[in-house]
Amino acid sequence: MEFGPYLLLACLEGAVLAAVLALMASGLSLVFGVMRVVNVAHGEFYMLGAVAAWAVTSMLGAGAVANFVAALVIAPLAVGLLAAAADMTILKRLEYDPERTIVATIGLLYVIQQLTLMTYGADARPVVAPFNSRIALPWVEWGENGLSLYYPWGLSTTSYKLFVIVAAVVLITGLRLFMAHSRAGLIMRATQLDGEMATAFGVPVERVYAIVFGAGAALAALAGVLIVPIQQAHYLMGGDALLLSFIVVIIGGLGSLTGTVVAAILIGMSDGIISVFFSPTLAKIIATLVVALVLVFRPQGLFGAKDR
Amino acid sequence: MLKIEALSAGYGQAMVLRDVALEAQAGEITVLMGRNGAGKTTLMKSIMGLVKASGTVTLDGVALTALPPHQVPRHGVGYVPQGRRLFSELTVAQNIEIGLGAAPDARSHGALRAEVLALFPRLAERMDQRAGTLSGGEQQMLATARALCVKPKLLLLDEPTEGLQPSMIEQIRQVMLAMRDKGLAVLLVEQRIDAVLGLADRVFVIENGRNAESFTRSDLAAGEARLRSHLGV
Ligand SMILES: Nc1ncnc2c1ncn2[C@@H]1O[C@H](COP(=O)(O)OP(=O)(O)OP(=O)(O)O)[C@@H](O)[C@H]1O
Ligand SMILES: [Mg+2]
Repeated sequence: MEFGPYLLLACLEGAVLAAVLALMASGLSLVFGVMRVVNVAHGEFYMLGAVAAWAVTSMLGAGAVANFVAALVIAPLAVGLLAAAADMTILKRLEYDPERTIVATIGLLYVIQQLTLMTYGADARPVVAPFNSRIALPWVEWGENGLSLYYPWGLSTTSYKLFVIVAAVVLITGLRLFMAHSRAGLIMRATQLDGEMATAFGVPVERVYAIVFGAGAALAALAGVLIVPIQQAHYLMGGDALLLSFIVVIIGGLGSLTGTVVAAILIGMSDGIISVFFSPTLAKIIATLVVALVLVFRPQGLFGAKDR
Repeated sequence: MLKIEALSAGYGQAMVLRDVALEAQAGEITVLMGRNGAGKTTLMKSIMGLVKASGTVTLDGVALTALPPHQVPRHGVGYVPQGRRLFSELTVAQNIEIGLGAAPDARSHGALRAEVLALFPRLAERMDQRAGTLSGGEQQMLATARALCVKPKLLLLDEPTEGLQPSMIEQIRQVMLAMRDKGLAVLLVEQRIDAVLGLADRVFVIENGRNAESFTRSDLAAGEARLRSHLGV
């Protein structure tokens, strides 16, 4: 394949990663933004989403589409409820203290991971994509009779990958509209700005926190469900995803949804392109270097407010 | 109306208020005075349930101290905190919206909003402006409007005129008088004795977190010298 088509292919792979990453990191960013809690267990909610998707599809045993739709609804809901319960039983008792909650979520990470190992096991298991037709992509060529389209060999993607990108765009747009225009979004933003004053005006802040923590985990689980037909479910899959999410949230600016999405595209695309042309390891090295540079020259992140 | 008995409150291990008693009546302006750090703001927060406290705070027979903090405004307490504490990234309209969220009856929101905004025409012109970009005076108006949106029986104002120019101070004073005449109980923290003399129906002084002395409107003039000595001015 020539360079042009090869680059397009790399960009598509990058876009899939960016889409999943944007969803997952939005959840991390939401939780940090509203609650000031750094959720180290966020990657495990992503893993649980993938594992739950496998469990739902294998238990239901219907057609591929019905299975997947069920997983898409049930897995985030179940993981969200579990996270809300963890919030009410653990984080609330720590009074949402920023340092103690880090330690608590580290503990939660290992508990979830080991319980998954004990029940689900150490195997990686696949989930069948609801649809997965190969789509050949055209490229332009300067021929004898001007510009013409042709289909280079090997330049293709799948309908499922395109679906993941579209689904992420739709979900994130929905989340933004929800935060900006709904009454619940307004209450979350008020709680984020001044929890004590929100309480003084009737906002049940602890309930808001439980909902936000659950919603953040549900976003991670959703990302897990979307990725599992491409990557398989494994009990250790949360680690890399967590690292990338942290990278994205730090580059974007903690608590800024716009920044998170822009950084996810940046990291996802560059990861995809560098992995295809060079190696995945180099991609991770570069992403980590970018974080270091951002922390040195713009500690608040690309879109973060300077001080709050 | 408002009755505080044996109230002790503090932050962590440090006790700030000890065994404080205070009353405020409907249709009256009750002023709370004391030196910096005496515990005035802590007392306001104790009424709102925002600090750990023991003792009782009752409003019309309802024990506020027994409620979860977020239910206190719904029982008719509007709070204008020291330093305004607006939701600075939200617009004027959204700040008002948050206040209305704690009003007792959701159906009356439209009428309530119109009624409150009629008191502050300058805010009505700036509904889409971010609260953090308002002038100091406008911010104080918004903080007061937000509290009135709760449809309070008891209005708490913690140094509402701090750092404002005279015309703004006068406007805030007019709003307080109007609310008193509407039959609200107004509990005001105010440092300037001159402003208090013509306004207060009752003055409570606290010193180091304890009741020091209280004055009624009639003995305020005679007690002015003692009031000044309490406050060290
Ligand atoms: N969040 C807090 N944590 C610990 N101590 C506090 C806190 N808030 C207030 N204090 C302490 O409680 C005491 C009373 O403070 P408070 O704000 O109630 O005083 P105040 O009478 O309102 O003073 P001012 O006139 O300066 O507003 C002070 O000694 C203060 O340092
Ligand atoms: Mg004070």
